[in-house]
Amino acid sequence: MADEPQEPYMEGPMHSTHPVIDPGLTFASVTDKISSIVLKRRTSLAWFFGFAISFALFQLMLLAITNLVFVGIGLWGVNVPVAWGIDILNFVWWIGIGHAGTLISAILLLLRQKWRTSINRFAEAMTLFAVAQAGMYPIFHLGRPWLAYWLFPYPNTMGIWPQFRSPLMWDVFAVSTYATVSAMFWFVGLIPDFATLRDRAKSKVFQMIYGLLAMGWRGSARHWHRYETAYLLLAGLATPLVLSVHTIVSFDFAVGIIPGWHATIFPPYFVAGAIYAGFAMVLLLTIPLRKFYGLEGFITMRHMHNMAKVMLATGLIVGYGYMMEAFFGWYSGNKYERYMIWNRMHGPYALYYWALILCNIITPQFLWSKKIRSNLLALWIISFVVSIGMWLERFVIVVTSLHRDFLPSSWGMYQPTQWDWSMFIGTIGFFFTLLFLFIRFLPMISIFEMRTILPEAEVDE
Amino acid sequence: MADERDKRDLDKGDKHDIAPSSSVAVSHHRHVLPLYGIMAEFDGPNELIHAARQTYEAGYRRINGYSPYPIEELSEAIGFTHTRLPLIVFIGGVVGGLGGFFMQYWIEVINYPINVGGKPFNSWPAFIPITFECTVLVAAFAAVLGMLLLNKLPQPYHPVFNAPNFALATRDRFFLVVEANDPKYNHDKVVELLKSLDAHEVIDVEV
Repeated sequence: MADEPQEPYMEGPMHSTHPVIDPGLTFASVTDKISSIVLKRRTSLAWFFGFAISFALFQLMLLAITNLVFVGIGLWGVNVPVAWGIDILNFVWWIGIGHAGTLISAILLLLRQKWRTSINRFAEAMTLFAVAQAGMYPIFHLGRPWLAYWLFPYPNTMGIWPQFRSPLMWDVFAVSTYATVSAMFWFVGLIPDFATLRDRAKSKVFQMIYGLLAMGWRGSARHWHRYETAYLLLAGLATPLVLSVHTIVSFDFAVGIIPGWHATIFPPYFVAGAIYAGFAMVLLLTIPLRKFYGLEGFITMRHMHNMAKVMLATGLIVGYGYMMEAFFGWYSGNKYERYMIWNRMHGPYALYYWALILCNIITPQFLWSKKIRSNLLALWIISFVVSIGMWLERFVIVVTSLHRDFLPSSWGMYQPTQWDWSMFIGTIGFFFTLLFLFIRFLPMISIFEMRTILPEAEVDE
Repeated sequence: MADERDKRDLDKGDKHDIAPSSSVAVSHHRHVLPLYGIMAEFDGPNELIHAARQTYEAGYRRINGYSPYPIEELSEAIGFTHTRLPLIVFIGGVVGGLGGFFMQYWIEVINYPINVGGKPFNSWPAFIPITFECTVLVAAFAAVLGMLLLNKLPQPYHPVFNAPNFALATRDRFFLVVEANDPKYNHDKVVELLKSLDAHEVIDVEV
């Protein structure tokens, strides 16, 4: 048994690499270490500092929204012909970031990638918080956000119904389903850990709160059996769901006839871009977190290498997407499509386009080198650059296509205003506010799943 | 009448007095309350699975294991291998899919037909994305709620929580319980069996 590694591709000398989990850990030490971050460790000054900054930025978002609701979306730089400014861009950017969380928690679970275990809880939280930011943009872009419920089909006194042939309606269903299913998946994953926290908490208040959330979980074998079934089925449902969400987001563009949008490559290219941006964000967040909370034993260099490789692979797919966009524009023989590509490369927004190529195509090529993948600072910087690159990508898609379409008489320019930026920076603040609260009050690594990958958990048969 | 009642009481008392006298590790209480079952504590998953198999083979059916993480072999060992959950989720998916499609069909074809660019009222390909999302949504709800309902959760009180070491079931301890309503249940025999199976400790769990 011991002489025959179960997974030769992991343990074999050819590919010997860092372990998924520090070999010295036990059921008890894993439990105590992760739960102590929530229950015992004193809240550090750095936490308060980070939380304060995020919370201040969150206030900026509230200010921006309040002003927007009072004055109207004329506050933003959007106007005909560019009616979708950085608000819709930010919607796509945030929701794309969320996709990596679902990929890690659902798709890698189905693919039996054990290394996902240490990062899935955190990545799912990131998903949830990113989707929360994403959801706000289209609602406030409506202009009359207090009527957002009109988007849902409910019998009303006006006797009207939504138009289901529109991709914007598909989006409503896709994003709300995605948010709901992600939240359920996350909560179900947390139940056994709530029980652990309930049993470990010293204070009566936390015992009550975690006890309520655990709903009386007691680790019964019958419960575990149904739990695992439910978890696997949810993963199976979340997998096509996450692919469908960004596909439908890309339909918002691809179904339109605007030059540069009306392309069949959009769905796969958007999904790859989403995973690319999402992994960049996961790396951006985990690198400082694991260092700060001393989680190197759980989130090892193996995770860093794997995530960097996923980033490289999806980055290459995205690069292929850019190439095909240019090729389609040229090969279409359509003068509007050809002009669109020329305009992207040489027009008034050319700087954005070339910055995007630099960030998204050139930068990730460094990840071919094992040395760079092992250097956390380099990895962090690359992730940061990729995050900016993915933002630029959506800027190029949204703005350059809209600002010069068919009739030169209707051409125009777009500049985001300070309120566009306030809202964007504000949502970043809100995102980090939620993340800071999450790492303080919930176990950021799935404790019960970590137990399953310990050597102690091996059943000898 | 009175004699009979006395006798009955005496019998009961006897039973309690006799039960633990031979054992050392068994912590014995005078039960005022009826017993929920007998709980054995184990140090590792292998001991628990072994014990669960032996207990099942000895003919006990109302047994349950408790572990800090899911162990596939354990639910097999206690003879629990089938759950209706996949069926529930499937039904949820079918209901969601059909509901999603026919909601759109009813709205766009029957209740509120609008001519959009000459497209047919029943533009079914355009209805597929929402049909798909509804399928996933209802199936996911069925999975989560089905799991909770079949597990009878939320359940704030359960007798096993009375066991002094049970808080460790969510950390690093493993437990096996033979419930008192098992048809073959006999207090002494169960205790004897569990003690022979490398149990760390064997205790009574009150309801």
